[in-house]
Amino acid sequence: MLREIRPAIVLLLGLTAITGFGYPLAMTGVAEAIMPNQAQGSLIERDGKVVGSSLIGQEFKGEEYFHGRPSATLGPDPQDSTKTVPQPYNAINSMGSNLGPTSKALIDRVKEDVEKLKAENPSMPVPIDLVTTSGSGLDPNISPEGALFQVPRIAKARKLPEDRVRQLVTDKVEGRLGGLLGEPRVNVLALNLALDAAALK
Amino acid sequence: METLKLQKRVPVSAMLDSKIVIPAIGSAFKKLDPRLMIKNPVMFVVEVVAALTTVIFIKNVITGGSDLGFAFQIILWLWFTVLFANFAEAVAEGRGKAQAESLKKTRTESQAKLLTGSDSGDKSYRMVSGTSLKVGDVVLVEAGDNIPSDGEVIEGVASVNEAAITGESAPVIRESGGDRSAVTGGTQVLSDWIRVRITAAQGSTFIDRMIKLVEGAERQKTPNEIALNILLVGLTIIFVFATVTIPSYAAYAGGSISVVVLVALFVTLIPTTIGALLSAIGIAGMDRLVRFNVLAMSGRAVEAAGDVDTLLLDKTGTITLGNRQATAFRPVRGVTEQELADAAQLASLADETPEGRSIVVLAKEKYGIRGRDMAELSATFVPFTAQTRMSGVDAGGSSVRKGAVDSILAYVNGGASFAVASGNTVRAMQPAAMSDTAREIQAISDEIAKGGGTPLAVARDGKLLGVIHLKDIVKGGIRERFAELRRMGIRTIMITGDNPMTAAAIAAEAGVDDFLAQATPEDKLQLIRDEQAKGKLVAMCGDGTNDAPALAQADVGVAMNTGTQAAREAGNMVDLDSNPTKLIEVVEIGKQLLMTRGALTTFSIANDVAKYFAIIPAIFLAFYPQLEALNVMKLASPQSAILSAIIFNAIIIIALIPLALKGVAYRPIGAGALLGRNLLIYGLGGIIVPFIGIKAIDLVVTALHLV
Amino acid sequence: MTMIGWIQIALYCAVVLALVKPLGGYMTSVFNGERTFLSPILRPVEAGLYWIGGVDEKREQHWLTYTVAMLLFHVVGFLGLYAIMRLQAVLPFNPAGQSAVAEDLSFNTAISFITNTNWQNYGGESTMSYLTQMLGLTVHNFLSAAAGIALAVALIRGFARSSMRTIGNFWVDITRCTLYVLLPICIVYTLFLVWQGMPQTLGAYVDATTLEGAKQTIAVGPVASQVAIKMLGTNGGGFFNANAAHPFENPTALSNFIQMISIFALGAAMTNVFGRMVGNPRQGWAILAVMGVLFIVGVAITYGAEASGTTGLNALGLTGGNMEGKELRFGIVASSLFAVITTAASCGAVNAMHDSFTAIGGMIPLINMQLGEIIVGGVGAGLYGMLLFVVLAIFVAGLMVGRTPEYVGKKIEAREVKMAMLAILVLPLMYLGWTAVAVVLPSAVASMANAGPHGFTEVLYAFTSATGNNGSAFGGLTGNTFFYNLTLASSMFVGRFFMIVPAMALAGSLAAKKSIPASAGTLPTTGGLFVGLVIGVILIIGGLTFFPALALGPIVEHLAMTASTLF
Repeated sequence: MLREIRPAIVLLLGLTAITGFGYPLAMTGVAEAIMPNQAQGSLIERDGKVVGSSLIGQEFKGEEYFHGRPSATLGPDPQDSTKTVPQPYNAINSMGSNLGPTSKALIDRVKEDVEKLKAENPSMPVPIDLVTTSGSGLDPNISPEGALFQVPRIAKARKLPEDRVRQLVTDKVEGRLGGLLGEPRVNVLALNLALDAAALK
Repeated sequence: METLKLQKRVPVSAMLDSKIVIPAIGSAFKKLDPRLMIKNPVMFVVEVVAALTTVIFIKNVITGGSDLGFAFQIILWLWFTVLFANFAEAVAEGRGKAQAESLKKTRTESQAKLLTGSDSGDKSYRMVSGTSLKVGDVVLVEAGDNIPSDGEVIEGVASVNEAAITGESAPVIRESGGDRSAVTGGTQVLSDWIRVRITAAQGSTFIDRMIKLVEGAERQKTPNEIALNILLVGLTIIFVFATVTIPSYAAYAGGSISVVVLVALFVTLIPTTIGALLSAIGIAGMDRLVRFNVLAMSGRAVEAAGDVDTLLLDKTGTITLGNRQATAFRPVRGVTEQELADAAQLASLADETPEGRSIVVLAKEKYGIRGRDMAELSATFVPFTAQTRMSGVDAGGSSVRKGAVDSILAYVNGGASFAVASGNTVRAMQPAAMSDTAREIQAISDEIAKGGGTPLAVARDGKLLGVIHLKDIVKGGIRERFAELRRMGIRTIMITGDNPMTAAAIAAEAGVDDFLAQATPEDKLQLIRDEQAKGKLVAMCGDGTNDAPALAQADVGVAMNTGTQAAREAGNMVDLDSNPTKLIEVVEIGKQLLMTRGALTTFSIANDVAKYFAIIPAIFLAFYPQLEALNVMKLASPQSAILSAIIFNAIIIIALIPLALKGVAYRPIGAGALLGRNLLIYGLGGIIVPFIGIKAIDLVVTALHLV
Repeated sequence: MTMIGWIQIALYCAVVLALVKPLGGYMTSVFNGERTFLSPILRPVEAGLYWIGGVDEKREQHWLTYTVAMLLFHVVGFLGLYAIMRLQAVLPFNPAGQSAVAEDLSFNTAISFITNTNWQNYGGESTMSYLTQMLGLTVHNFLSAAAGIALAVALIRGFARSSMRTIGNFWVDITRCTLYVLLPICIVYTLFLVWQGMPQTLGAYVDATTLEGAKQTIAVGPVASQVAIKMLGTNGGGFFNANAAHPFENPTALSNFIQMISIFALGAAMTNVFGRMVGNPRQGWAILAVMGVLFIVGVAITYGAEASGTTGLNALGLTGGNMEGKELRFGIVASSLFAVITTAASCGAVNAMHDSFTAIGGMIPLINMQLGEIIVGGVGAGLYGMLLFVVLAIFVAGLMVGRTPEYVGKKIEAREVKMAMLAILVLPLMYLGWTAVAVVLPSAVASMANAGPHGFTEVLYAFTSATGNNGSAFGGLTGNTFFYNLTLASSMFVGRFFMIVPAMALAGSLAAKKSIPASAGTLPTTGGLFVGLVIGVILIIGGLTFFPALALGPIVEHLAMTASTLF
């Protein structure tokens, strides 16, 4: 039994050096060298300032932007640091709502959102992604229907023709990979950047 | 093909006749003794919880609890469950006990003639009590005496009635030396006398062991039974976890569950069916062997029989009829068949051996040569001796001889010696030294030997006439039997003293998988060891003293009851009928035993599905009314559901006793097909039957307003 | 359910199946100590490690020595990991300035990672420094996976060998597994993941100013290198709190697809290693078929349940299935599929919040774990778990053909049944037992995020996941309390090692036995009948254990949901 102690320690240290040190550092080196954009978080800059990551959703509240999905992420309560308060799209504390199918809290919240959206656009059925929180709370996408649903509001707020906004949405729709994998979607940040760009023109 | 039937059919009604059932009811209660119950862990647990709920019930009666009638019925059925299990075991034992009783009658106190003289001729003895005999004592047993204890005949020949142990009333011959020297205590000498050296002390004789075996007094759990018990205990523990956690889960949901209901759920879930019947199955398996006149010295041997991969079978008596028969007369050129037949018949007139008789029969049937009277012909019989290796008749100046080919050739050659290797080998002779006729005889002989037959040359007055073709007659149906064994995955190896050529021919005709020719006891032992080294289990039967090492080495060694004491000691089974073919039945009984266990275990576990659907909605309905959706059987009320499940659980034990005793039918259809069949019956059946059963009981319970 | 959904599922199965043979062949030669195409590079490293460690690679171990070596290795690993977490504040590679991890959380996490569970009572990006993630968590992602595979190989050797005392050398097995199997795949895999958008940097968290002018701090880090081994080694411990639902941890549909493949790849290939080592690849395929059937059924149920949505949401006129807690880029099908895969294997990574699944959709992952994660299962662990069930199935059914049951030439006797039973027994003891304690303990009940049956399921799921060394969660449960940290740690520990020790005893006892050649009387273990039989035994024996608990959790919740009852 005692003779097994030496290999236990040596192999743990040796394999730690290889897998915990050599491997991640080498991978970091290679990744930063050949794919620096992805390695650093697919960051998007506008006017030299980082405005976010193309992969991470961010909160849009204004009438003139497409909104992402509801986010269930929390952040520290500014009043009391031991407590947490809702802080949508908090990218250092990803999480979902974790509310189950028979949760009254969930159904009540969704009901409220649905009513709000119905009031905003009675012409279309409310797409489910606009009223359900994502798993990470950082979902960068909404469904094409979710984007189209918001077109009237944005057109009104931005005083743009609906068709123009609708065209922006259609341009930004990403399909399934190879027609097979994933779901059709629109990246909200990219769409809003395009919207801003279109508005500037 | 009566002999090929697996078992003597015993109707279920006979199994459960009142002579067995009534005492069994009594012993079912006696077996409630926890010290006995603990040997059966599953049923012991049931007894413990039954006792526990009884105590709680009494307390509730005193303090005035509610639902007492319901609780009372549940508890009653819990006790019934235990009693039914005990009853099953008692019935199985009861059948053995009945047999033991009849055996005990033969063990009456007998007097023995203890020889006092040391000289073999000295017949002086003194009467002593049979019980005072020690191993090594020599007794005299004369006509009309009972043999006082097991022993070995050291002098004399006697006919012995062994009906006490074999049930066969025809007397058998016991003689000193050779393979028929063992005598059994309790059997009776009918004629002549024998001197017997006692080999077993009172209390450990063959009959004593038989009694113990059939009574199940010394029954020990077999390896497979132990493994199965571990599984059952494991499942029981799992269900302990599953049930003791329920009150806490219920408390979370704001409900509560009474102990008696919880106990009912627990008892229905644990594998009580197989737990209750497990020992009955084991006892019945031994019992089935006994009915077949085979005594297994341990349950382990019976199980091993089910696992046998290789069967070693002696050719003579097992594969072929004991004796060769004449099937053709093959004359040399210039001699007619009729002539040859006539000479052969004449030479065999006085030959009382079966071979000799068969020659006479063939001559008569095929050539119409009628029997002749030796005296009429004033013929003298020249008997077979080991030196001449031929026999014949001298009549009216003419002499006819038949015998081993080389002996006859030597005889006609005027005693000139041929180089002969063995009785059946003629190839070693110098062709140059032979006449044309001799060469022809030899060619015919070779041909016969190649076909598995034995050639017997015939000569009249120094002139070679031809060859009688003696043939081993393969038993009817044996070929199909071996094919069946092959489907069971069992390889058969024929053991014979014949030369390889003959052996190969018979092996092919009988359809065995392999053969061992010119086998010596050492070869046999080596063959067993080789097979075992390959991981196979080997079964064999034997009777001679020189079979003893092989019998001991084999995983299943069936000794013939007619065999020597050494052989009987070495084997782990004894066939009282001394019928070597029975090895096959022994294997089937072993398989049947294992199958019955497996089938009832599967059935028992599969039953749980329905029991869950009966009880789970019932116990949670009070606080989760939604769970009514799980009440797929639409049982009348929660209480009737629980009661029905526990009643079903108890009654199924009784219902399955006949199956446990009779065993699941074995069919040699290959393991895959067999499994498919049994899974369908006992697996799927085990899932479906309780749904129907519980529903039916629920209807009755409701109709009778039991709850 | 849509056609395109089913095509995705079919494609997934096809790719996994296609990988079984090549990976199985490669792994077999690795564990047989043969030269592989990577030997020129890796052999010197391997030999060096043995030389320093004083390992004689030719000397094989008795099962007891093998097990002790494995346990010692884990003790040392546990101590090291615990120390790193407690000391991370003063150690380098901590740009986010994470403070020391609390004692009970460190204990829970250290147990969690050495047992291949990777239960997260912490949020990665808010608790662990880069050093802890790399030197602590990534390392144990490798080593616990390698240990699991080594143990499975040892058990396979038990079946494959005849009349032998030894079952291999633990040091050699774990080293070769790490170097030749896990590391090379991870290197390629990491680069693929980065290409798909996964960060791999030691730089600090990024502060962005959103279009609306708010500040958003974006957590990054050496994510890809850890995610690669987390998936391949069926560890599942995420770099981020939201695990594979986090866009950085699973950026695209393709990365999701490959991650799902990598969960099953090695586990499925282990069945092939089994088949090859026992000398009949069909034996391996038969086991894979058992796994495959259970898997497909599970996928169909969960996919069906999630696609039909919840009664509550449907009543509001919402269509498109239950999207609560799911990422849009994966949708219903890839989320359902992932959930079944991650719990069938003991991965525990999640790309959607299981807590928000429908009752039935969430029940399948629960059942997958309660069955012991034998549907492909954790790398190694899945195979030895499955073999334990096979031993039991063969024992019961084998009797029904009238022979002492045997499997791949080995007789299943009392000792084997005892060991298999012991290993299987501890699982319900832990998850049923601790759940029973937790649901009546007010402080533990307070941790539930949902009321009613769903809250019960959260607790049941937590202990099941911990016992099964899965690590996925009904995440609403606040597990970072003293009670849960300790009880979950005990479940993980018992679930791993109390299963391993009997499994190794079984390996030793099997190796010592003679191999019996098969005959027509032997129960065939490669056909459909065998597959059906094992499935039946798994479902009945497994199902009977937890049916009452399921009735009070997901089943009653489903019935309540359809009746529009809310809690």
